Amino acid sequence: MIDFELSEEQQMIRDSVGAFAREEIRPAARPADESGAIPAALIAKAWQFGFVSGAIPEKFGGGGDARSAVTGAIVAEELGFGDVSIGLHVLAPRLFAFPILEMGTDEQRAKYLKRFAGADFAAATAAVMEPRFDFDLSAQQVSAKRDGAGYILNGGKCYVPLAAESDSILIYAATDASKGFAGVDGFIVPRGAAGVTISEREKNMGLKPLATYELTLKDCRVGADARLGGDRGIDFSRLMSESRVALAAMGVGVMNAAFEYARDYAKERKAFGVPIATKQAIAFILADMAIEIDAARLLLWEAAYELDKGRDALKASYLAKNYVAQSALKVTDNGVQVLGGHGYIREHPVEMWLRNARGFAAIEGIATV
Amino acid sequence: MIDFELEPQVLSRLQMYHAVSEHMMRPISRDCDEHEHTKPTQFYESMWSASAASDIQVGNDKSKKPDAGAAAPRRANLLSVLSTEELCWGDAGLYLSTPNSGLGGAAVMAAGTPEQKERFLKRFKEGKPKWGAMAITEPGFGSDSSAVTTTATRDGDHWVINGTKIFCTAGEMAAEKSEGFVVVWATVDKSAGRPGIKPFVVEHNTSGMQVVRVENKLGIRASDTAAIVFDNCRIPLDHLLGSAEVRKEGGFKDVMATFDATRPIVAAMAIGVGRAALDFVREFLKQQNVPVRYGVSPRRLTAVERDFMEMEVQLQAARLLTWRAAWMLDTGKRNSLEASMAKAKAGLAVTLITQKAVELLGPLGYSRKILVEKWMRDAKINDIFEGTQQINMIIIGRRILNYSSKELN
Repeated sequence: MIDFELSEEQQMIRDSVGAFAREEIRPAARPADESGAIPAALIAKAWQFGFVSGAIPEKFGGGGDARSAVTGAIVAEELGFGDVSIGLHVLAPRLFAFPILEMGTDEQRAKYLKRFAGADFAAATAAVMEPRFDFDLSAQQVSAKRDGAGYILNGGKCYVPLAAESDSILIYAATDASKGFAGVDGFIVPRGAAGVTISEREKNMGLKPLATYELTLKDCRVGADARLGGDRGIDFSRLMSESRVALAAMGVGVMNAAFEYARDYAKERKAFGVPIATKQAIAFILADMAIEIDAARLLLWEAAYELDKGRDALKASYLAKNYVAQSALKVTDNGVQVLGGHGYIREHPVEMWLRNARGFAAIEGIATV
Repeated sequence: MIDFELEPQVLSRLQMYHAVSEHMMRPISRDCDEHEHTKPTQFYESMWSASAASDIQVGNDKSKKPDAGAAAPRRANLLSVLSTEELCWGDAGLYLSTPNSGLGGAAVMAAGTPEQKERFLKRFKEGKPKWGAMAITEPGFGSDSSAVTTTATRDGDHWVINGTKIFCTAGEMAAEKSEGFVVVWATVDKSAGRPGIKPFVVEHNTSGMQVVRVENKLGIRASDTAAIVFDNCRIPLDHLLGSAEVRKEGGFKDVMATFDATRPIVAAMAIGVGRAALDFVREFLKQQNVPVRYGVSPRRLTAVERDFMEMEVQLQAARLLTWRAAWMLDTGKRNSLEASMAKAKAGLAVTLITQKAVELLGPLGYSRKILVEKWMRDAKINDIFEGTQQINMIIIGRRILNYSSKELN
């Protein structure tokens, strides 16, 4: 039965994460964008929300909360409203922990999940993307070839968040390139394993506070027990649907940030003796931003709902994420436009949001719900 | 709790509407478009008896009980947008021409006393097909509906109405071709502005009311759009809906509030037409073995795939905004902002979706052999009536900026 109301619990989560994003993440966003560093105290504080540890089963010392993609999307949107880069950093351990939680073998769960149940931020990550213009999730060029009892990994990855500080990295690779999503597997690889090279931190147009790295695999040998899910493997398509929902939700958060800022500015800023918001030329831009935010949010909620029902959300999440990639660009661009020349100056955050929003067309797989 | 699921009884109900679309509307769709002012009387009869026999509801017919299949109470608006989409998938013009109390009935429900509701609306449950219509637009104004110049002057036991109304949907059927009525908006005191504007029920064939023209239109040709002249048209005093008293609050403002319910309906009309075009293109691409590959990198998609996916996601975005606006009304939430968002989004999105459908099909799309070009013409009205795109943007602007109509206009 159609319902657009959040549960009471979801409203509480939205309010508390939203307040944290507004009051603590947002003030840190610009300095982090300039310096490329996120204060450790802020990351530690975010960890207390249990974005990762909450979902770890009680037997491994975690909160044992049931995962919900809709709730995850609500959290991701609020973090994105605060700052996408900081949000991606805070959620990065999920990239490693959640696939193991959802699809790992009992041994893998027992071995790796405990580290996320503690009181301190535990860096971890996954390597999904590859440095090619035609990179495609379902056509991974990093390969994992069977070698006796184990596998040999070869190829290059990029945009691997926190790679330099993570003990282990979940690396996705094609075990059978002819099978698309079904031919992709995950491999748990120690950062220091032979054949793994992590290069210098990447320099990007936006998302500057998020430390991401290129990673090269040259005849990297792993045992059979490194394969996520063991012999039964994983549902990579589902993992990527979860990722699209998370990224789309963060995109909506950025859109909302740009909208609120431009709206408030337009009510203050005067031209020809009146606030510019009283002019249709400006009001219509703001109205369009508001429509796109709600439209995008509903699309990704629907995809999240499909995930929570255990259904294939590939199409819904794909369309929602691509929608956000376009509309987040448009909305943040409008944010700059409403501020005019001032929007171009780094004193205001709107130019930063425009740079960050463009990233959604490029990034895949670096967040999850 | 967030939920996007339609329950089985609603789905089976929608299948019934779909069958009406497919078997009663589509077969006569082209013919009604080509012969604009020829009435599909057989269709009217069938819809009228179907409506009496079952509880199939078409349009904004508030004179009937909420959809019985709905089971749960307070779902009327959601079910309304769902059924509207389904029927406009069949034919938006025929949907608008279906005999029922229409917007005239909506005005009676919004402004009438219980006695007036009974008196004016009971006809829609019996006898021959009838239409209700609403006349508000005049040659001199459109969006600024407070600029009504048609007058209603008290003369003993009667109101005397003078003025010209245009763009009156189903006006000809309501005024002259059935035992229906027209609700006409007229001012009882020009100096009072908005509060002086009142709704009056004018019965069919009342002397002094004349349909002077039925418009030739770009689309929705099956629906008649009448120009009606009121020349010393005398109606009984108790045909004024509600109170004659000119007050600051209420009256016209209440009527503007009916847009909260009708805008999601118009959005749903657009979505029905858009879905017709989308379904056609999907089927066509399938026949031509043109793949639409979800999940591959957007940088590897063909232009056709991108266009098709854009149509699809825009339609779904409009649909979800529309469901939300209707759901809010059902749950007693104020939805003016969301109703305008749905209407603005759907009106524009479907205009572009249907235009793209014509483009994607090339020479075939432009041909009158298939219905796609008709859907493009039909779609456009949804970005215009019941508040143009621009009027809805102003309303959204006021709401998000917390501005009055004086501050943003």
